[in-house]
Amino acid sequence: MSRVSIQAEDFDIAAELAALEACGGGGVASFTGIVRGGEGLTALELHHYPAMTMAQVGRIVEDAMARWPLLGVRVIHRYGRLAPGERIVFVGTASRHRTAALESCAFLIDWLKSHAPFWKKEHFSDGSARWVEARVEDDAKARGWLE
Amino acid sequence: MAALTILYFAWVREAIGRDEEKVERPETGTSIAELIAKLATRGDGYAQALGDPEKLRAALDQKFVPLDTIIGEAKELAIFPPVTGG
Repeated sequence: MSRVSIQAEDFDIAAELAALEACGGGGVASFTGIVRGGEGLTALELHHYPAMTMAQVGRIVEDAMARWPLLGVRVIHRYGRLAPGERIVFVGTASRHRTAALESCAFLIDWLKSHAPFWKKEHFSDGSARWVEARVEDDAKARGWLE
Repeated sequence: MAALTILYFAWVREAIGRDEEKVERPETGTSIAELIAKLATRGDGYAQALGDPEKLRAALDQKFVPLDTIIGEAKELAIFPPVTGG
């Protein structure tokens, strides 16, 4: 079972985890990304390149399934305007054993954080806004997995 | 030959003021960097968005490619800043 959704709406983590638990493995690992607040941040605006996002995320999920013995993979990424505290991304993996589930989950989120064609704009309470710049360390981390 | 569709994202889109446009297909052998340099001469928004290619990344037909890639027969070119993920 593998499913990818790129959507504006929020998602139900309990339902997603239950679906992964029903894959028949011995372990489920997951990561949920939340919009981090602070410094007067009022909203995060996410843009993406729809035609490319689905193809790219689909490919990396296939990579993960070839690399680890996985029974289930679920990726959800939101776009649009999100407030601090809102869920932004979910990665869940199911496998017979914990190592494969944990490692593949980390691999997928590192890749999403650095290579998925998303751009973020931060909006602040004083009315200002700025585009987030790419983080060098995210790029290095994702490359590490591919070496 | 069919026109080339160019998509812009993030601050490149904001500076240029449009999210997509069709342009005449560049001469055979033209690279993305060469097309970007040509577009940058179009005026204010273009110069601001495309004046510093070091800050730009590109995709041809939905695949990331280096800026020195030849455009060739590709249908869709996307120009954007480095992605900032989820």
